[in-house]
Amino acid sequence: MNPLDGVYPEFPDPDLRLADPAGYEGIVFQGVSKSFGEKVVLDATDLHIQRGETVVIIGRSGVGKSVLLKNLVRLLEPDTGQIWVEGEEVTSLSRKHLMELRKRFGMLFQGSALFDSLTVGGNVGLMLREHTSMSKGAIEQRVGECLAMVGLQDTEDKMPSELSGGMKKRAGLARAIVMQPDYILYDEPTTGLDPITSDAINELIIMLQRELGVTSIAVTHDMPSAYKIADRIAMLRRGKIVYAGTVDEVKATEHPMVRQFIDGSAHGPLGTF
Amino acid sequence: MEHLLTHIGRTSIAALTNAGRGMLLLRAIFFRSSQVWKRRRDIAQQMHIVAIGSLPLVITTSIFVGAVTAVQAVYQMQAYVPMKFLGTVISKSVFIELGPVLTALVVGSRLCANYAAELGTMKVTEQLDAMKIMALDPVTYLAVPRFWATVLMFPVITIFCDAIAIAGGYVVSVMTLDVTTGTFAEGLRLFYKSSDLISGLLKTLVFGAIVALSGIYFGFNTEGGAEGVGRATMTAVVGSCLSVLVADYLLAAVLFQVIFES
Repeated sequence: MNPLDGVYPEFPDPDLRLADPAGYEGIVFQGVSKSFGEKVVLDATDLHIQRGETVVIIGRSGVGKSVLLKNLVRLLEPDTGQIWVEGEEVTSLSRKHLMELRKRFGMLFQGSALFDSLTVGGNVGLMLREHTSMSKGAIEQRVGECLAMVGLQDTEDKMPSELSGGMKKRAGLARAIVMQPDYILYDEPTTGLDPITSDAINELIIMLQRELGVTSIAVTHDMPSAYKIADRIAMLRRGKIVYAGTVDEVKATEHPMVRQFIDGSAHGPLGTF
Repeated sequence: MEHLLTHIGRTSIAALTNAGRGMLLLRAIFFRSSQVWKRRRDIAQQMHIVAIGSLPLVITTSIFVGAVTAVQAVYQMQAYVPMKFLGTVISKSVFIELGPVLTALVVGSRLCANYAAELGTMKVTEQLDAMKIMALDPVTYLAVPRFWATVLMFPVITIFCDAIAIAGGYVVSVMTLDVTTGTFAEGLRLFYKSSDLISGLLKTLVFGAIVALSGIYFGFNTEGGAEGVGRATMTAVVGSCLSVLVADYLLAAVLFQVIFES
């Protein structure tokens, strides 16, 4: 039993369950659960993201924010529940259809996950080489455009090991957008970066949102970043979304868990450790 | 005692689980091998790593294997068996057993560790996840080239190993054991059967598959950070060596008691 049940009756879990997830134009998590051994990470989680919207999922380290993202594209398989993308049920897709769906997604990983054995240009152009019939020249041009978009002109021939942390993130972002995806997933996009580089990444995310019109989900515990890029913020706690609202609503909320988190306080219902 | 039995039980279950999952990976590799022509450049690159990269190790190991076989054979044969059989003993030992098994253990350990560490690092740094989200299948892109490069190059390395080992045995025999070139060469020709060489090369195909599968499987299933990569690498090499030795016995039983016996 959740020890906080009944302690904050004035702050019930938001009702995020949709009656008709198949008809929703966007992404729907419906009762998604995921456990690792005895540890329950996602517990019948409900959340929906409108097309074109940027939703930031916040929560303490280890609450399952990245797990939620990875379930969406089946990098992890949910134990129970359903995930819908524009009316298509992801958890029941065949391998072939899953591959097609994944081509519509881009993902920026926490550690960038650039392929060590390929140059920056090789990393960014890999999907184009494998999934399109574009000529070598056209691929090089597109790679150059994407790298320019993230401010990494003339780095095509560099190896990932030659890049700084911020440059790796930007190269990862260029790789994520090269196929002009409909959805971009950001896993801790600003973690480990200095405040100026973090802000530059935030600006890039906003710019991509405006120019490409993508639907984005970002997980982070960096509140300045969340305030800057989010249309809506949802807080994950013990496998459930305990709060969801706009940036202004989050800033003004009296929800004790959200307050403790955004104030960065060691005292409150979230505990310290 | 109870603790020991629990440990044995858990280890046995883990070994059987890994064997079963390894077979599923092997099945996936075979299914995805229909696209092997598309991955020919990757396979050629891996063949280069397997063969050229292993050359110094193969040369060093083979020379000393041939040399020590000659010394041991002379020690056991003296006063009982004519020296003209020295070449026979060395060639049969090398063709049937030493060449294939030592290649699988020495070169195999190198490759297995390489695959497990490389793929394990890709796993823990989320590069495998990045491939999947890019709709690129890690089995097709990473496992298939490594598997076929290893299986195809193992017989080539073994032939090389056989030749150098016999040369090593010859040099030691002639220079330090008072055996003439003619006597050694006569021994090589005596009782030579092509089935000796063929059986050894057939074994290397299976050994190559075991080595590659072990490295790839444990690499793909690495958990944790640097410690996890180290653990996966160690488990892959140990698993590969043990599997090679078990397979060696089973293959010997099939090849020499069933196929070549008739």
